[in-house]
Amino acid sequence: MVDDVFDEVGLKVENLHASYGAVEVLRGLDFEVAAKGVSVILGANGAGKTTTLRAICNMCNTSGTVTLGDDDITRTGTAEIVRKGVAHVPQGRGTFPELSVLDNLMIGAYTRKDKEVKDDVDRWFEIFPRLSERSDQLAGSLSGGEQQMLAVARALMCRPRLLLLDEPSLGLAPLIIEDLFERFTTLNKETGLTMLVVEQNANLALEMADYGYVIESGEITLSGSADQLKNDPAVQEAYLGA
Amino acid sequence: MTWNFDILPDFIFNGLSLGAIYGTVALALVLIFKATTLINFATGELAMLGAFLVYVLHMEQGLWLWLSMALAMALSAGLGVLIERTLTRPFDPEDHLPVVLITLGLFLIINAVAGDIWNYQVRILTNPFGKFPDWVPSVGGDRFVEVFGSRLKYQSIGIWLTLAFALFALGLILNKTKAGLAFRAVSSNVESARLVGVHTGRTLGFGWAIASAFGTLGAVLVAPQLGGVNPNMMATILIYALAGAALGGLDSLGGAVLGGILVGLIQAVLVTWGGVVVFGQLYMSILQLAAAFLIILIVLLFRPSGLFGTRRVERV
Repeated sequence: MVDDVFDEVGLKVENLHASYGAVEVLRGLDFEVAAKGVSVILGANGAGKTTTLRAICNMCNTSGTVTLGDDDITRTGTAEIVRKGVAHVPQGRGTFPELSVLDNLMIGAYTRKDKEVKDDVDRWFEIFPRLSERSDQLAGSLSGGEQQMLAVARALMCRPRLLLLDEPSLGLAPLIIEDLFERFTTLNKETGLTMLVVEQNANLALEMADYGYVIESGEITLSGSADQLKNDPAVQEAYLGA
Repeated sequence: MTWNFDILPDFIFNGLSLGAIYGTVALALVLIFKATTLINFATGELAMLGAFLVYVLHMEQGLWLWLSMALAMALSAGLGVLIERTLTRPFDPEDHLPVVLITLGLFLIINAVAGDIWNYQVRILTNPFGKFPDWVPSVGGDRFVEVFGSRLKYQSIGIWLTLAFALFALGLILNKTKAGLAFRAVSSNVESARLVGVHTGRTLGFGWAIASAFGTLGAVLVAPQLGGVNPNMMATILIYALAGAALGGLDSLGGAVLGGILVGLIQAVLVTWGGVVVFGQLYMSILQLAAAFLIILIVLLFRPSGLFGTRRVERV
């Protein structure tokens, strides 16, 4: 499909701390996402999953080292990090409700200067036909599942090298979640796009990931290959409902 | 009491042209409110400064009026960018009070500086729509045409055409340019805008630039109605524009224009014409201001989102 579009790059995070005011939310995280790989961070509400992704994009007070490929991006501004190829689908979709579906995609390509933006819009419209049908509708009028598709398509419009997904399953019906994760898997397999997903829905997340971490109270308490985690008794009890 | 309908069209025309000016200034307010949810109280004084720039360039330096207006709008835009960069960007955008106080401070400073330079006397500024241009065939007079037995002033027609053109240009900028798209994105969701690589500060500066240019346009158009320019010229205009913006919905650009026009109509028709009909003479100017406050009050009480604004729904 689009294997020519994405470069592969890995992410390495060392001793990442983050705080909101006096409250320390992340207490020294170390994790990696292999180039072309999918890593997942599992954790309960308030464990620090969202903050981890925000810290990577330098959207909160952080210390530690974040390296994208060979590039230290710890002190890089959010808008510049996007230019380096990091696309972030925030929690709650983060679409632009007052903008049309098409404008949402166009703003996704804000950092690009090439002439192929239109082609990419067509490509994502082909993959998400529901968005194509609603091209002129305001994003705020879409259903939750459509909004999530739009948020992902918008993130991909910048032709990222690393895709950060913040609880993409949140608030969606089970069938829609399954469809969505299938699309993520396909995207990763066909394009080699590196992904970091934070999720509470461990089943699906471990299905698509090749490596996983468990975060509790701002610390990584467990890590391993997706298969290892799936079979880990603690993970099964806490996240897989076994 | 006689219902003197003969003079009603005069008041309607007047209301529509004053309203168009309020709409122009209301647009300047709403452009900044949309992006920052902040009322810029210095809007009127920045506009007044722009009108004085036209005064200096045109009346003192002798430049062509329309060129002076274009230059003054560009200079106001630059000043808007400068203010955004130096006086508002350093502050936490979530915390509104400091920035609102800064815009109030700017209001006082700009007014005082203008008063010091130009004193508080009214200075005549050429009316861009004083007389019909020579190529227009005479239909009644050189300053008006007869419609329904009333005088429709060239000034009114000129104001409407100017506003229509300015709105068209604004629509092009916002809907057809990348900067406009970025501005709409920042207005819709600041955090997500940052996450697609938009430099939100620069984009807000862009909004300040357009808003300041619009304010200047409004001030130049209103000057002839006030007899000219003076440092206090925009004080009441800003209140009418605020009433218009509140009525239309503080985050709706179209609503700002319509709200401004409605306020102009209410002022001219209900208050002034009504006053003439009921009391037989024109002494209602105090009531006009009261009407503006009443509109603000009623809107805030019964429909805080205005006619076309977005209703804020808190989602959990």
